[in-house]
Amino acid sequence: MRVSTRAGALAVVGALLLTAAPVCTAFDIESMPTPELQERYDGLTHELRCMQCQNQSIADSPVGLAEDLRRDVREQIIAGKTDQEIRDAMVARYGNVILFRPPFTPSTAWVWVFPFLLLTVGVFVAVRIVRKRTAMVAGDDSVVEPEDVTR
Amino acid sequence: MPAAIFLALAGVLYVGVVHSPNKSTMQSALLGKAVPEFSLPVLANPGQTLTKAQLSGRPWVLNVWGTWCAACRDEHETLLAIAQRNELPLVGLNWKDEDDAAIDWLQQLGNPYSVVAVDRDGRTAIEFGVYGAPETFFIDADSRVQYRHVGPMTSEVWEREFLSRVPRGVLP
Repeated sequence: MRVSTRAGALAVVGALLLTAAPVCTAFDIESMPTPELQERYDGLTHELRCMQCQNQSIADSPVGLAEDLRRDVREQIIAGKTDQEIRDAMVARYGNVILFRPPFTPSTAWVWVFPFLLLTVGVFVAVRIVRKRTAMVAGDDSVVEPEDVTR
Repeated sequence: MPAAIFLALAGVLYVGVVHSPNKSTMQSALLGKAVPEFSLPVLANPGQTLTKAQLSGRPWVLNVWGTWCAACRDEHETLLAIAQRNELPLVGLNWKDEDDAAIDWLQQLGNPYSVVAVDRDGRTAIEFGVYGAPETFFIDADSRVQYRHVGPMTSEVWEREFLSRVPRGVLP
């Protein structure tokens, strides 16, 4: 009796888990007429920010505005616009903020340059520390006692 | 040296935090640009359409609202008070809403708008770069967007950001 209840519960949990995944991806039920267009559509909707919920792409967001923007992308692709024309149209309406990959302009330069600058500083600091320690070991002529080694 | 690196990093992060795209400060990408073309049915008067051309020639204000929008209810009193002052035409854009609900809303709460255009499917709102309601745009006599306010309208914002942009001699 006990075992069958547990098995039943497991079956319910299993069924819930199986149905959970599709629910998460069900916002966007539309599909494009050809696989090539579908690929472009998927690419564009993943690189445009949902303006209402700023850390999601319009592909991942269930809100109405994201749905409208996906429709807009779909219609522009079918109307024969290039990816860049579609991106430009979005930027004209919402600004660079809508792009997850902002263009390299004077105002966005630091976004692109800063990580590399930080990396350079990090490498510089690491090299200095290693050099200093190497010099310490090379200049250390003290005798190592056996009890120091075992300690 | 470590202190200098720390200060530099703190400075960059400070700039990042201060300039992060906060919803209420994000400025419209349409500033200084022409208002997008539109041709929309008029609320409660479906035979009529409202176009950009009909509104050009004097400054006007576009207020994006919906009955589903709680903040729109919050600003409604202010909009009614502004309408009473009769300074600028207040055009409503009823965004992704139901006609009946919108008509009921205006009958019950009062109607501050000179005219309300119906954007059922949200296409015009996208052209305006709207990302949430309420949003209010100031449009000059040459049909250019000069300001956008995100969030409920207040009488301070109205005076500071809207009336201040109206050329002398236009206001009564």
